[in-house]
Amino acid sequence: MADSGATAPKPSSSVKLVLLGEAAVGKSSLVMRFVNNDFQENKEPTIGAAFLTQKCNLPTRTIKFEIWDTAGQERFASLAPMYYRNAQAALVVYDITKPTSLTKAQHWVAELQRQASPGIVIALVGNKADLASDDSPVTNDESDADAAGTTEGDEEVAESEENENANARKVPTKTAKGYADEESLLFFETSAKTGQNVAEVFTAIANAIPETSLKGPRGVGGNTNLGGSRPEDTSRVNLTGGQDPAGAKEGCAC
Amino acid sequence: MATEQTSDAAQEAHKSITSEDPNSPLPTDGTDDNDALQSTSEPVLDVSRENTPPPLPPRPRQRPDDIQHGSKTLAVPVRGARPHLQSKATTALSLQDVHTQSESRRNSYSAHVSRKRSIISLRKGRSRSGSEVDDVASIKSYAPTLGVGADVESILGEVLKNQETGLRSLSEHFALSQQQDVLFPADPEFEEAYLHEFDSLTDVESDNMNEDAVLQQWKLKLKHFMILSSAGKPIYSRHGDDRLISHYIGVIQTIISFYQDAEDGLRGFTANDTRFVILSKGPLNLVAISRLSESDSQLRSQLEALYMQILSTLTLPSMERMFSNRPSTDLRRPLEGTETLISALADGFTRGSPSTLLSALECLKLRKSHRQVINNTLLKTRSPNLLYGLIVASGKLVSVVRPKKHSLHPGDLHLIFNMLFEAGSVRAGGGETWVPLCLPGFNNTGYLYMYVSFLRAEDDKLEEISERPDISSEQDEVAIILISANKESFFELKQMRDDLVSQLAKNRSLSHINSAIKSGRPSCTDIVPGTPLRHFLYKSRGNVQFTMPSFAPHISSDLDRRRLISLYHDLSASIHAKPTTLKVHHNVGVHCISLAWATSFFELYCVAPGTTSRIALTQAANKIVEWVRREEERVFIIGGAVF
Repeated sequence: MADSGATAPKPSSSVKLVLLGEAAVGKSSLVMRFVNNDFQENKEPTIGAAFLTQKCNLPTRTIKFEIWDTAGQERFASLAPMYYRNAQAALVVYDITKPTSLTKAQHWVAELQRQASPGIVIALVGNKADLASDDSPVTNDESDADAAGTTEGDEEVAESEENENANARKVPTKTAKGYADEESLLFFETSAKTGQNVAEVFTAIANAIPETSLKGPRGVGGNTNLGGSRPEDTSRVNLTGGQDPAGAKEGCAC
Repeated sequence: MATEQTSDAAQEAHKSITSEDPNSPLPTDGTDDNDALQSTSEPVLDVSRENTPPPLPPRPRQRPDDIQHGSKTLAVPVRGARPHLQSKATTALSLQDVHTQSESRRNSYSAHVSRKRSIISLRKGRSRSGSEVDDVASIKSYAPTLGVGADVESILGEVLKNQETGLRSLSEHFALSQQQDVLFPADPEFEEAYLHEFDSLTDVESDNMNEDAVLQQWKLKLKHFMILSSAGKPIYSRHGDDRLISHYIGVIQTIISFYQDAEDGLRGFTANDTRFVILSKGPLNLVAISRLSESDSQLRSQLEALYMQILSTLTLPSMERMFSNRPSTDLRRPLEGTETLISALADGFTRGSPSTLLSALECLKLRKSHRQVINNTLLKTRSPNLLYGLIVASGKLVSVVRPKKHSLHPGDLHLIFNMLFEAGSVRAGGGETWVPLCLPGFNNTGYLYMYVSFLRAEDDKLEEISERPDISSEQDEVAIILISANKESFFELKQMRDDLVSQLAKNRSLSHINSAIKSGRPSCTDIVPGTPLRHFLYKSRGNVQFTMPSFAPHISSDLDRRRLISLYHDLSASIHAKPTTLKVHHNVGVHCISLAWATSFFELYCVAPGTTSRIALTQAANKIVEWVRREEERVFIIGGAVF
């Protein structure tokens, strides 16, 4: 993603994107992975907010992300509207090893749906997927599915803890995915540490931005059928309904 | 003591100083009875005043600088053999005594205690009887007589044969003292402790099996900072988690509130060689616990800085509101994420920071005309919402733009520098940062908004830091800091920064900054060729700025740096002691000779090897003052860009 070797001039447009989520879920690490393809263990907490830019090359156009990486601490919450106002996309991040962070993420989603610009594309991202030792969370999902039907995300996870004693994962994929589907959010599980799915999130967002909301020159080919054109996306991202965030499909993590 | 100086030179030195400031005669005659000569042996004097006279008549002292040996040894816990010291001391030839001497001498320097003893000393206060203390004092006074003969071993060989450790440390000590380049004696125990000072503690295992071991690690730390609410809730501790320190917090809280009830707040106390200093600020109690022999006022100013960091996060009114609504408020939650900032400040103090010691800032040395161009560029590109604009290179101020009626508070700048250069989060994040913060020195009731962008001073073009993947050469970075009261002005300030950087690149200022960073601080011998000085600090009182030479080549390790700073701390404490009439303070030791000199315009502290004469040191100090006067507009920012 980080390559910017544009050979032929493609139409480019900028997209304002904001990252929200509880402290220490890995927002800055995701951005650092996306922008610098780098990862820092034990990164210090973000202070205030950081503004970064990165280009994302799609086959038919270039999207320049203007990213607001916000601090997750409570005391900065009152400043958040300043960052998500006018944003075309939001990454709401939680930590798959910390159920309360999903609850916080849900609060952010609700706030965005209430206050942010109506067309905003929201992606729910479960980070720290590298800490989940199971390569196929599907097995756990079976047992969690029953709980998920009745309780809120964070409570049911506590119950599932025993099922996964050797596993740091506390939020089953299915729970979060179910919630994302309900709210028509893009959904990914990522690892900023390994880089897993990070570029995919941003590509999916770039594809999901309705063309009408893009500033600058219009893209030529629109954004349909883009998901399949990227080899690494084929297995995980299937953006058949890119025009409409509601129709966007979530990546099956891992 | 190499006295190369002629008496002419001495007089000349004397004259030149007196002509500058008649109030500050520098002693140039090297006699003992000069008033200005204050040896560092105050504790000895104190004791002999307070207690019964020493049971042993003091031996004739060899040289005035031998006093060093007696300095500050009183707080050192005594070995088991202590009760016998009195009789043995008269011969001073038993190894037990000699060993005690050399070891406690080392301890005296660093105010450090060995592992085992430090635990004892923390667990129960040791009662120090006066006679014990006097023993030590009198022994110390003639320890150096052993050192006259170069071969200590032949004198003591028979006695010491089977006690090699003592012998080794003793001969090591005298060997070192003859090397000119060693400013600080070897001190393995302090080195060991300092090496692990910044390590984090091992986690306490769930079964508590290793709790004692962890507690031991905790107690070995040379310095602790703790912050608690006046209701006794822990807010911050540099070392150890809640579970480990909760009952210590409880003890501290009990002690503090006992005195608060008596409406006579506790300011500090000493337990063994450990100094506790307490700063009560409204709903907060801040505690510093130090074994680094810092003075109360120095520790208090460190606590003030931590308090300012907290205000900088919360603002005073909002913190007070929290506590008036709920006195048992847990402040850790609103402060979440700033532990790294507080710890970075605290570790800066433990490592030793000339900036905090002097409450002053260091500037990048630049030609006057170059700085003028930068100032003008700042004024030209200034955007309407700008309050303060700063250009900072590798932790040193390059230029400032500010409104006429608001100067910058050094404490505020220290907080900003700490955030940007010590705690890595802003720099490591890459890109540009927008930080709401309160600058308590400016106004502790509201927030300002700070735009920060790091440039990399690598080539004249100064590519932006966000363009590169790693953050390897963090020392070489230039930060553009733009502060506004308007929280919506990020993009306006970003525009200003873009204009500023392109202008600075165009008028070659960036390359001037770049080469100034590259050349670094001059060494002492660059400043005054052939000077015996190893290091100095010069603070301009009027500008609230200081300048110093490079630590290299003589002060190479972190440890030596810490000990140099400790020496500066001692010097600073003695010329700032109140009530004071002291203007010049010589500190003469075996390994180094140092000088503190205060006038109404400046403070100067300098250090030379122990072989330097006082006359030579005095001359060197005068040369430094001359140099600073000549270079004043380069090493300091006079005024800055004002609008």
